[in-house]
Amino acid sequence: MSDGTQTELQRGEPRRDPKRRKPMVGLQPEGDVDWSSYRGVLVVVEQRAGVAKPVSWQLLGEGRRLADKLDAPLLALVMGHQVAHLAEEAICYGADRVYLCDSPELRDYRTRPYSRVCLHVIRTFKPEIVLMGATYTGRDLAGAIATHLPTGLTADSTMLDVDEDRLLLASRPAFSEKMLATILCKQFKPQMATARAGVFEALPRDPSRTGEIITVPPQIPPEDIATEVLEFIAATDRVNLAEAEVIVAGGRGLGGPAAFAMLKELADALGGVVGASRAAVDLGWIDHRHQVGQTGTTVRPKLYFAIGISGAVQHVVGMQNAECIIAINKDPAAPIFQIAHYGIVGDLFQIVPAITEAVRARKAAGGLRADGEGVGFSLTGAGSGGPVRGAE
Amino acid sequence: MLHLVVCIKQVPDSREIRIDPKTNTLIRQGVPAIVNYYDLHGLEEALRIKDRHGARVTVVTMGPPSADKALKQCIAMGADEGVLVSDRAFAGADTLATSYVVAMTIRKAEEEWGPVDIVFCGKQTLDGDTGQVGPGVACRLDLEQLTYVEKVEHLDLERREIIVHRHLEDGVERVRAKLPVLITALAELNEPRRASLPGVLRAARYKPMVWTTNDFPDLDRSKIGLRGSPTIVAKTWVPEPRKVNTEYIPADPPEAAAEALVERLFASDIAEKLGWVQGVRA
Amino acid sequence: MADERFDAIVVGAGPAGTAAAYTMAKAGLKVALVERGEFPGAKNIFGGVLYRKQLEDLIPEWWKEAPLERKIVEQRLWILADDSAVTFGHRNQRYHDPPNCWTGLRVKFDPWFAGKAEQAGAIPIYETVVTGLLRAGERVRGVITDRDDGELEANVTIIADGVNSLLGKQLMVHREWRPDEVSLAVKEIIQLPKQTIQDRFNLEGDEGCTIEIIGHTCGMAGLGFLYTNTDTLSIGVGVMVSDLKKKRVKPYEVLDGLKQHPAISRLIQGGEVKEYSGHLIPEGGFNSIPALAGDGWMICGDAAQLVNAVHREGTNLAITSGRLAGEAAIRAHEAGDFSASTLAAYDEAIRASFVYKDLKKYRGVHSLLAHEDAEQLFHRLPQALNDAAYEMLLVDGVPKRDKQRKAIRRVKEAAGGAYMDLIRLGLKGWRAMNG
Ligand SMILES: Cc1cc2nc3c(=O)[nH]c(=O)nc-3n(C[C@H](O)[C@H](O)[C@H](O)COP(=O)(O)OP(=O)(O)OC[C@H]3O[C@@H](n4cnc5c(N)ncnc54)[C@H](O)[C@@H]3O)c2cc1C
Ligand SMILES: Cc1cc2nc3c(=O)[nH]c(=O)nc-3n(C[C@H](O)[C@H](O)[C@H](O)COP(=O)(O)OP(=O)(O)OC[C@H]3O[C@@H](n4cnc5c(N)ncnc54)[C@H](O)[C@@H]3O)c2cc1C
Ligand SMILES: Nc1ncnc2c1ncn2[C@@H]1O[C@H](COP(=O)(O)O)[C@@H](O)[C@H]1O
Repeated sequence: MSDGTQTELQRGEPRRDPKRRKPMVGLQPEGDVDWSSYRGVLVVVEQRAGVAKPVSWQLLGEGRRLADKLDAPLLALVMGHQVAHLAEEAICYGADRVYLCDSPELRDYRTRPYSRVCLHVIRTFKPEIVLMGATYTGRDLAGAIATHLPTGLTADSTMLDVDEDRLLLASRPAFSEKMLATILCKQFKPQMATARAGVFEALPRDPSRTGEIITVPPQIPPEDIATEVLEFIAATDRVNLAEAEVIVAGGRGLGGPAAFAMLKELADALGGVVGASRAAVDLGWIDHRHQVGQTGTTVRPKLYFAIGISGAVQHVVGMQNAECIIAINKDPAAPIFQIAHYGIVGDLFQIVPAITEAVRARKAAGGLRADGEGVGFSLTGAGSGGPVRGAE
Repeated sequence: MLHLVVCIKQVPDSREIRIDPKTNTLIRQGVPAIVNYYDLHGLEEALRIKDRHGARVTVVTMGPPSADKALKQCIAMGADEGVLVSDRAFAGADTLATSYVVAMTIRKAEEEWGPVDIVFCGKQTLDGDTGQVGPGVACRLDLEQLTYVEKVEHLDLERREIIVHRHLEDGVERVRAKLPVLITALAELNEPRRASLPGVLRAARYKPMVWTTNDFPDLDRSKIGLRGSPTIVAKTWVPEPRKVNTEYIPADPPEAAAEALVERLFASDIAEKLGWVQGVRA
Repeated sequence: MADERFDAIVVGAGPAGTAAAYTMAKAGLKVALVERGEFPGAKNIFGGVLYRKQLEDLIPEWWKEAPLERKIVEQRLWILADDSAVTFGHRNQRYHDPPNCWTGLRVKFDPWFAGKAEQAGAIPIYETVVTGLLRAGERVRGVITDRDDGELEANVTIIADGVNSLLGKQLMVHREWRPDEVSLAVKEIIQLPKQTIQDRFNLEGDEGCTIEIIGHTCGMAGLGFLYTNTDTLSIGVGVMVSDLKKKRVKPYEVLDGLKQHPAISRLIQGGEVKEYSGHLIPEGGFNSIPALAGDGWMICGDAAQLVNAVHREGTNLAITSGRLAGEAAIRAHEAGDFSASTLAAYDEAIRASFVYKDLKKYRGVHSLLAHEDAEQLFHRLPQALNDAAYEMLLVDGVPKRDKQRKAIRRVKEAAGGAYMDLIRLGLKGWRAMNG
């Protein structure tokens, strides 16, 4: 509180007078609104550098189901720079109509320009439901838009449905995943929800599908682009648990940090990432970013290996929705076996390397895509052929 | 002087909430109330700026009268003033109504103590768990919104600029914005301090300001409380625990166990979903 | 260092410290109440009986607002052998009004009581550990805490930091307790529906019952207890630390043994264990009471070994000692003199009170427990008593006179084989209990 600071402040840029500060777009005027003209399910497509987030296609898959039930069109909104191809993709993944706003100002995600476009599309084309991924970006944008409209917004849904009154039933976990709550928004349109990545299924990509693409002019005033994204630093050690399709997790049973290298080998072979129990994290064997569970990350991979993890409830709530769980533990009474699809009661130090070997052998024989890398992340790469046994 | 506002919420320590297996309802009794975990990281960052540049730190919360305890904890850590917005009419608010009242409160705090430069919110609350109030407040006050911040790299008071690191799923974004801004804080931002003894003494005697609906002459009553909340909780239920028939694979010898497991995984639809079985046909 | 000075600092917000803080704050003294727990009672445990009388000296009709569990209308004593029990008990309608005692839980009671002290004006300083005393020569002039700028000054410091009193040790008013001066108690809280508890213990509404247990403690000197709370039971056992060491038994093994006893297992059956905790109990009694006051300090409650282990009374002695220390501080404050000679008034007040008299009465118990064979007192005698009762009550055609003889022989053998041994033990016990 030195005087220096004061003068500095006075010399520098003037502060805005809070009384003269105007909300960006203005909250929607109150009064009777005819909601009946609102129709269709709109999915906001999230992308970075022209690559869509898987959750966008997953939401189109779920949105298709809802739209069909409502007998309404499935709409998509693609925003960004040089993203026209994503509009085409959105049609392949189920959209009937795509609003495309392509502009250099939309190269990086920034709240103001993106909400400006979003609000324009919603107000002009009046969808009854708006869905976004419950990602960092999705939540940032959805929170802003719902306030501006204004309307109700349900966060982080894991179940979506519509009823005969065209109401969106958005269900989400509450109280550390202990309960589910269904949330409605009866009096406002659109009804908005963000939805968790990895929960819903994308439709198989269908290049023969047709749809309409409507170009939306950006119309972004200069004061909206004052904020600058200086750079994006991609995470090098991709601990992207939330989006991972294969997770190889280890616990106290690993006996020390060294054994995580063994898990990493299996994870690499499967194109997955390494997870951990809190016990392993607390012991300092691995970074907190790897922790799965109540106070870590909630995950929903296709494949989850629980290795030397007892299955304490705080761990289980974070991974029980994995599609296939494999437990390896020397204690046959470990609770983890209660939720495991495959159980191996034995010494992890013998079994894990053997599995890694078996997987590698498959790969060499052509049973896995040879690059291994990326397998765990690409839903889009899913083969269209039926389940085929590997080496025969 | 810089004016920093920190939004906090008192929440039940959700880790300690249990479900009554018979009635399927939450057992809240005896669950301690704490300051929402992430909010303390917001407060700590404000206090660090105060330590470095000098600033007034105001903490605001909307909640029941008992939430004054949460404010006192912030005072003990070093906040200058604590405001509790409390009125029956505010009860039952969802994120839209909450952000309205919190924004009105910050407006009033600006009238009392000068225009705000940075508002801090937590990433999300342990009970609401939405992360929507922060963006809502930013919109209503026309502040630049910087969500999921894990580092404040630079604060330039001369140019009124701030550079922060935003955490995203796949990396980190460095962003530069003009003050005033609203920041939502992640746990990685800092390590909240332990209050000093003089801080605890000050907090013990401190009486937070309490503002009710009467303190806001231009409050729009249709926008607060249950009435101002468009979302409705239609029902809650406890999901059925998943029943699985565990297939046990003999562990000995390990090679056979491994082979058997891999065999089964490939025979299941998981392999297809993961794209493992491509390439074979090709 | 905090800028402000206090009239008094109290270390520990248990029953003793809070009683002292309340007394002084009410008289208008500027009091700081320092407690290491997140809140008072957060980590404190006891068996569970709170007495009316001593707290009433401070807060009339306190029980009408305090969070309590059940009003005790029946007290039982069980002497256990492996699969049997000899039981005594007393039930009385007169315990309804006025009540004599209640079961309570420290997590609820301590915050309530400390809240009263806060209302009276005591400044709460919680989640703060006192790590040492500020001294000026012999005089104590405040405390050092684990917080930044954590020194705090006052005219008088009241030490009420419980059985393992760090500050008592620093003052050298006592050393580390010997293993035969403390027992280690472990306790579980077991949840059961209210109605089930009432049915199993023959209770109605808020009535409660206590069971004290002798025997079945693996041949070690110790006492068990089973108390009824509103919708939980408190079960525990305290065993002399010296015996635990000798026998190399873990305390929870003793508790598990008790829980499996056929007379007890059916009372706790179907309940869910909610909490498990352990705590020391001072057992040294009268002979271990340290100096109680000096220049600028007083010590009370468990920290001063003021516990009546025979009657499982502790909180009431703690409250009384805290009150008396508080009153001495008020007089010292009025006189503006906090020297050892002024504060000696506290020591005198203790001597004049039931605290001192009761502890004096049982002063022999400690040496009885320490020197007699625990195996004999806590295993062989209970066993023999149960056998004798079995023989006497079994209708099997053996003439009653022969039965009586057999029964007495059993008990005699357990006491050492001869009538003389039994009489000697009886006398020793009588003396220990009657001072
Ligand atoms: C408020 C709170 C929040 C929490 N949040 C989380 C959370 O987010 N995530 C989380 O994981 N935990 C969390 N926990 C902790 C949780 O309760 C457990 O303590 C933790 O999950 C246990 O980790 P673990 O299974 O690795 O260790 P342990 O329970 O010790 O289990 C180790 C297992 O390894 C097995 N094993 C040992 N050696 C071998 C071997 N050679 N081969 C095969 N098996 C072997 C053992 O049989 C054992 O089952 C939380 C706890 C609390 C109180
Ligand atoms: C198993 C068991 C059963 C019992 N049953 C009964 C019973 O039925 N009835 C009965 O009347 N009595 C009973 N007692 C005895 C009774 O609990 C104690 O005598 C009584 O609690 C003593 O009160 P106190 O205030 O002296 O100490 P405590 O209650 O131990 O309080 C001391 C306080 O000081 C705090 N503290 C300690 N060190 C520091 C420090 N350095 N800085 C800051 N704070 C500190 C502690 O956190 C604690 O809150 C039982 C005890 C046990 C263990
Ligand atoms: N009642 C409230 N009073 C003040 N701030 C709040 C309140 N509710 C939420 N917040 C702030 O908004 C953040 C996000 O909350 P939520 O959207 O409920 O997850 C919290 O971390 C707080 O900083």
